[in-house]
Amino acid sequence: MLTDSDLQAIWLTVRLAGLVTLILLVVGTPIAWWLARTPSRWKGPIGAVVALPLVLPPSVLGFYLLLAMGPSGPVGQLTQALNLGLLPFTFGGLVIASVFYSLPFMVQPLQTAFEAVGDRPLEVAATLRASPLDAFFTVAVPLAAPGFLTAAILTFAHTVGEFGVVLMMGGNLPGITRVASVQIYDHVEALEYMQAHRLSAVMLVFSFVVLLALYAWRPQARKGG
Amino acid sequence: MPGALKLGKAAEVGGIEARFQLDWPGFSLDVDLNLPARGVTALFGHSGSGKTTLLRCIAGLERAPQGRLVVDGEAWQDTGRWVPTHQRPIGYVFQEASLFAHLTVMGNLRYGMKRTQGAPQAGLDQSIALLGIGHLLDRKPGTLSGGERQRAGMARALAVNPRLLLMDEPLAALDLQRKQEILPYLERLRDELDIPMLYVSHSPDEVARLADTLVVMDGGRVVASGPLASTLARIDLPIRLGEDAGTVLDGTVGAVDSEWHLARVDFSGGSLWVRDQGLPVGRRVRVRILARDVSLAEDPGTSSIQNVLRGCVDAMTDDGHPGLALVRVRVGEAMLLARLTKRSAASLGVAPGRTLWVQMKSVALME
Repeated sequence: MLTDSDLQAIWLTVRLAGLVTLILLVVGTPIAWWLARTPSRWKGPIGAVVALPLVLPPSVLGFYLLLAMGPSGPVGQLTQALNLGLLPFTFGGLVIASVFYSLPFMVQPLQTAFEAVGDRPLEVAATLRASPLDAFFTVAVPLAAPGFLTAAILTFAHTVGEFGVVLMMGGNLPGITRVASVQIYDHVEALEYMQAHRLSAVMLVFSFVVLLALYAWRPQARKGG
Repeated sequence: MPGALKLGKAAEVGGIEARFQLDWPGFSLDVDLNLPARGVTALFGHSGSGKTTLLRCIAGLERAPQGRLVVDGEAWQDTGRWVPTHQRPIGYVFQEASLFAHLTVMGNLRYGMKRTQGAPQAGLDQSIALLGIGHLLDRKPGTLSGGERQRAGMARALAVNPRLLLMDEPLAALDLQRKQEILPYLERLRDELDIPMLYVSHSPDEVARLADTLVVMDGGRVVASGPLASTLARIDLPIRLGEDAGTVLDGTVGAVDSEWHLARVDFSGGSLWVRDQGLPVGRRVRVRILARDVSLAEDPGTSSIQNVLRGCVDAMTDDGHPGLALVRVRVGEAMLLARLTKRSAASLGVAPGRTLWVQMKSVALME
């Protein structure tokens, strides 16, 4: 069976992924909306920055975040000045790092969904007296609903699977930063292969179920549209 | 009056003053127009002539850097003034119906209504009745035919109780059969709404059937504008209608000959016999006569052609093909166009001032 520390790691992972998904829904939606609709020449550079975590080794991202949030980094100095202490090796630090790490998994599906909605429904909404914000919530969001579902599932799943950034930023503190992927690493280091097997099986089943949900939902969403 | 649509207050609506200058790569719009407060104004031209861009400027969907737009005494655009689309009291019908896919037909109709102060429920009910979509209200747009979607789109535009109805080629995306299905509904809108309509079209047939005023556009400029009949009769326009060149006459049904199933339409220059379509005597109707169906003769003689009137040649011009001429003939107050070969024009001695018999092989009743 799973040990208490395994369950603790799983619960921590779920909390982390859930929180990061919620934060990214709020932060990622306006970025995706802007990228989908702007004629600005900054669209390319901003889009590239958002996509960086896709190709950057997680340790590189984690390293820079660690420097920024560390005692002499700009973010670290700010948090210290605000009496918040330092973020590395805390759950909060892990959440912030994960938000950066998972950003493209939220933004890119949403951007694609908003682009697919196009200008026309928003123009129609304007001729029917809807202000731009009204049209966003009552037309763009419902029409992009399948994109929101895809983005949320991908973000959650990707955060669950995070390892390198966690090690760089959060280390390995039980109940604080020791997520499931790190716990498996610990088991293997300690040659507890049976434990590693069990936890890995849980992760495997979880990942499969997530993808199954994603692929099963998609055609349905398309039919509805 | 049963079936009459009174959408909210039947306010007296003033005219439309529209002036726009806009420069895009490869296209510019430069118009200065005064449009009447009543009836259907057709914006007519080939694709790329700027008619849709003009309509979008009026709706506020496009913002011309230089522009002034006054509707019914209210400035919607002027130096230092810009009323965004959602604050303009318009109804807009797009080329594709563009219904919201996530809402039912009723949800689509209610969307604009909910956001319009003082849009009466009666207006919604009448829009539904006028477009005949009562049986479709619970359906999702994806399950409707193209014609049904477009009717729902028109009802949605009317349900916001607009003071100006803008239509961007509402029939262009439909096949011929669907067009025939929708046209009677458009004619009902024209006859029963008391708001001005701007109707963008590249179809001479739709224009002849629906419009009261015609604005002809070419290359982002207005090349002619005025009452339909006199504008269609202009033969100096750079825009050539070819096979579709022709004029319309407005008249009334004067008599019905039930033996031969014909109806007599009286107009200022005489009368014409058309196929009887069951219209009552006294009904106002419009007939369309294509230039290719009109010939000229020195004496009427005897022929199968029923409609022969006396007319006076008014003007003459080349018509596309080097062998063809377009001749304008005045019949009473009305103008008709005739397309002749230049050889027959020469042998008849067609010239301005010459009086001839005008024979019409076919006259289409447009109701």
